[in-house]
Amino acid sequence: MSEPRTLFRKIWDPHVVHAMPGGPALLYIDLHLVHEVTSPQAFEGLRLAGRRVRRPERTLATVDHNVPTGDRNLPIADPIAAQQVRTLTGNARAFGLPLFDLDSPDQGIVHVIGPELGATQPGMTIVCGDSHTSTHGAFGALAFGIGTSEVEHVLATQCLVQQRPRTMEVRFEGALPFGVTAKDMILALIGRIGTDGASGHVLEYRGSAVRELSMEGRMTICNMSIEAGARAGLIAPDDTTFEYLEGRPRAPKGVEWDAAVERWRALATDPGATFDRTITIDVSSLAPQVTWGTNPGMVADITGRVPVPSSGDSADARGALERALDYMGLEPGESLQGLKIDRVFVGSCTNARLEDLRAAASVIRGRKVAKGVRAMVVPGSQRVKSAAEAEGLDEVFLSAGFEWRNSGCSMCLGMNDDVLGSGERCASTSNRNFEGRQGKGGRTHLMSPVMAAAAAIEGRLVDVRQLVAAGDRQGERTTVSAGR
Amino acid sequence: MQPFTVHTGITATLPRVNVDTDQIIPKQFLKRIERTGFGKHLFHDWRYLPDGTPDPAFELNAPNMLGATILVAGPNFGCGSSREHAPWALGDYGFRVVIAPSFADIFYNNCCQNGLLPVRLEDSAVRKLFAMAERGVALELTVDLRINRVTGPEGFRADFDTDPYRRHMLLEGLDEIGQTLRQELRIAAYERRMEALGRLV
Repeated sequence: MSEPRTLFRKIWDPHVVHAMPGGPALLYIDLHLVHEVTSPQAFEGLRLAGRRVRRPERTLATVDHNVPTGDRNLPIADPIAAQQVRTLTGNARAFGLPLFDLDSPDQGIVHVIGPELGATQPGMTIVCGDSHTSTHGAFGALAFGIGTSEVEHVLATQCLVQQRPRTMEVRFEGALPFGVTAKDMILALIGRIGTDGASGHVLEYRGSAVRELSMEGRMTICNMSIEAGARAGLIAPDDTTFEYLEGRPRAPKGVEWDAAVERWRALATDPGATFDRTITIDVSSLAPQVTWGTNPGMVADITGRVPVPSSGDSADARGALERALDYMGLEPGESLQGLKIDRVFVGSCTNARLEDLRAAASVIRGRKVAKGVRAMVVPGSQRVKSAAEAEGLDEVFLSAGFEWRNSGCSMCLGMNDDVLGSGERCASTSNRNFEGRQGKGGRTHLMSPVMAAAAAIEGRLVDVRQLVAAGDRQGERTTVSAGR
Repeated sequence: MQPFTVHTGITATLPRVNVDTDQIIPKQFLKRIERTGFGKHLFHDWRYLPDGTPDPAFELNAPNMLGATILVAGPNFGCGSSREHAPWALGDYGFRVVIAPSFADIFYNNCCQNGLLPVRLEDSAVRKLFAMAERGVALELTVDLRINRVTGPEGFRADFDTDPYRRHMLLEGLDEIGQTLRQELRIAAYERRMEALGRLV
């Protein structure tokens, strides 16, 4: 009988091409996702060294980070952004890589299109020059972000030199209450362990609440693993995973599908396998979460208050609290509910999939965006966009006063024209509330799609559970709780 | 890659926690397709006033920190985005070493890939450096990777760990891709084995 193994080891071990004595492993990479911002210098490096891309067919490229989300018939106005997009097109052609460019119906945020095309599959190793690569862990794939030098390394060798990370089990137990979603689960975790709480670790999310989640909800959780400092996040594949994948363009077909599912079913942590650390969170007592500060760990229940800096347990902590409150324009002890907002962003690789848009629309339907608030929806991919349009979600958003845009990373990081002005306060479904992240001087509050939708309607931070009247609850329950 | 053995230089202190890569190099500078020229944008939003002049309140703009080649910061330095533009900007500005109690994983790897030495020192040692800087001590440090030691004024001495593989690569200035390409037979054999099992599609 072999030693019980974690899901992580069941993926890591068979991908080790060569274990360096007393050192890191040479790890084989099954899928390499490439985008325009972190790849140009890597291709240039290949050229300078006269190297080729070892396995172009294991590489998939798209443009997402800097692309405009307005009219796609117009050229990109920013000449430097346009050059970066052109550079990727040229590199994809020169090195023979599949590319989903701005004209493609499959273009979208790289972490949305990988799963949507069925390219992301259980048991794989997946890398991308982007920290939110952890998203793909929702499928039981070991997926992590890398820098540009490592992008070049994978292009040239289809391998990476990696130290084996430690493992941490995160158990989410219980049933999610009304109005509480996957986004609230992951924000609550980061709030508890901090933005470096999982450094050096791969997280495996387990427990009854995780099993109940859709693939979209699982992706939201794995996506933000990096915000806890984790190398990657993992969820064991199950019937929910297989149902999502079956029939997608790049998923195996016919007998190959059956063989794959049989293999994937073994991708679960064995009973008795041990983790380096474990944390359990009871989700049945969670409230909707909202960040108040300048990193995702600075988070509280919507019913809560901004902390008082003198409550910090060290001089560093107090200093960081003061800085954060000053930047965010908040008073110590201020109530989060009622905080007036200027902007709403429904988008990003965290929360811009069809289910997220449905959830936001369920709150917005029949209501109007508050006067003076500018609200936008940026679907995660062009496929998400057309699927949403097919069921009339665009009409729901547009008639409420939202902007309905084309896909891209957009105001999650503000590399294109979608940015906050200085001092503007934004309810955002994205993943980072760092200073200046969405625009210099912009103030970001991270929350779930239903909470962002509720903020848009009221023009201030509100508890979605109160906005959606008790009488609606029965009918709204399935949609408002979407993300489960 | 430029090898790293020993370095002596002026040290800048940035006593802040969780410094993320969005602060190190803000997104508006990520559209360039070169590896160079990022130094003038390092810490842009902290470093410059709205009119583009240096903000005298920002630590690195202090007159005694100009020309610094070693940076000391608080824990979890380099968290957030995987952008390698962050170590490129630090290197282009002139830094050869970053010292902190802890680093974010991706940032740490990215530094090593660029010959920018990330040094993890005990929290107490980092605090000692902050305190000396606070007292106006001219902070010239020597970082010696050959013996994993940092030394400085007032008898400051602190040892650090670097994993043997990274240390070897840095000391020799080796091209990691070149090293991996030498494993071509192993990689090809792995691919054949996996293809036979039907694992590579």
